[in-house]
Amino acid sequence: MAESHETSVTNGQTPGDSQWPLWEVFLQPPKGEAHEHAGSVHAVSAEQALQNARDVYARRGEAVSIWVVPSASITASTPEDMGPFFDPGNDKPYRHPQFYKVPRGVRVF
Amino acid sequence: MSTPSLFPYLLRLADDRLVLGHRLSEWCGHGPILEEDIALANVALDLIGEATLLLKLAGDAEGQGRNEDALAYFRDSGDYRNALLVELPKGDFGFTIVRQFLFSAFALLQMDALQRSSNAMLAGIAAKAVKEIRYHVRHSAQWVVTLGDGTEESHGRAQGALDELWRYTGELFLADAVDRDAASSGVGVDPSTLIEPWRAQVDEILTRATLTVPSVTYMQRGGRDGRHTEHLGHMLAEMQIVARSHPGASW
Repeated sequence: MAESHETSVTNGQTPGDSQWPLWEVFLQPPKGEAHEHAGSVHAVSAEQALQNARDVYARRGEAVSIWVVPSASITASTPEDMGPFFDPGNDKPYRHPQFYKVPRGVRVF
Repeated sequence: MSTPSLFPYLLRLADDRLVLGHRLSEWCGHGPILEEDIALANVALDLIGEATLLLKLAGDAEGQGRNEDALAYFRDSGDYRNALLVELPKGDFGFTIVRQFLFSAFALLQMDALQRSSNAMLAGIAAKAVKEIRYHVRHSAQWVVTLGDGTEESHGRAQGALDELWRYTGELFLADAVDRDAASSGVGVDPSTLIEPWRAQVDEILTRATLTVPSVTYMQRGGRDGRHTEHLGHMLAEMQIVARSHPGASW
């Protein structure tokens, strides 16, 4: 049943064919912090993506600036990268600032 | 400006927005995609918000104790003063978008001028509305270009909508005694002065959209005098039934 339903919805195409391109949305909060990822929207053009992002994510004053980026343009790390990329290196304490003693002359600041 | 003229003038402004806002709200849950569903609902809410403020002001001007709810829910179609353009059924997405662009381009010029109204309340409402309508124009114009300059199917539907809607645009710019009285007293704007800048903007977008203005010469009219199409009564029946079935209820 699910299959026939899908066929009628997408007019014989595979579901993916009927989707517009996906864009990732980044909002800059009013306090002027860096842009943060808010979510994603579908749109056929950059201007439309910007408008959709405004309507979906920024109509209650959440943002003073919006970036939209084609999702396909983002190169992301993969779960397999977990070990080599993000291992905190706790066995290398000299990578952390706490490893170093602050000289007495600097502490007054 | 005398109160007898102020009330009908404000009613025209309010009814255009209330009726079009309701027509747009009919898309809620039926938009072509989630993002556009939300966008149309946003525009609908902006218009109904503007209508609420204008009806309240109209009720005060009338001085008969009718508030915005009484004016919205307890007037029949013959007492509505909206232009015929906004009451036509929502049609397909192309029809809705082309109408929205034609109306919003007009509304922006109108509200821009009303920011300088001698009525401080009306000037304040206009200042709020202008910001909203700028976005309505941007959104609908972008869609007119996308549909018109799109596929054969979308171009055909957008052109068909324009052919159907064009004869309803003339009424927006008709000025009668109510408009002239409002304009001469500094409260309102004479709509006939807005047609040139409107046409310039519409032509620019339609050219980009590869759409052609139909060569109709006859323009429909009647809404400003309460002579409406058959569609308004049906729309009002749905819009008003809850308020009329449960008078005074709040939720």
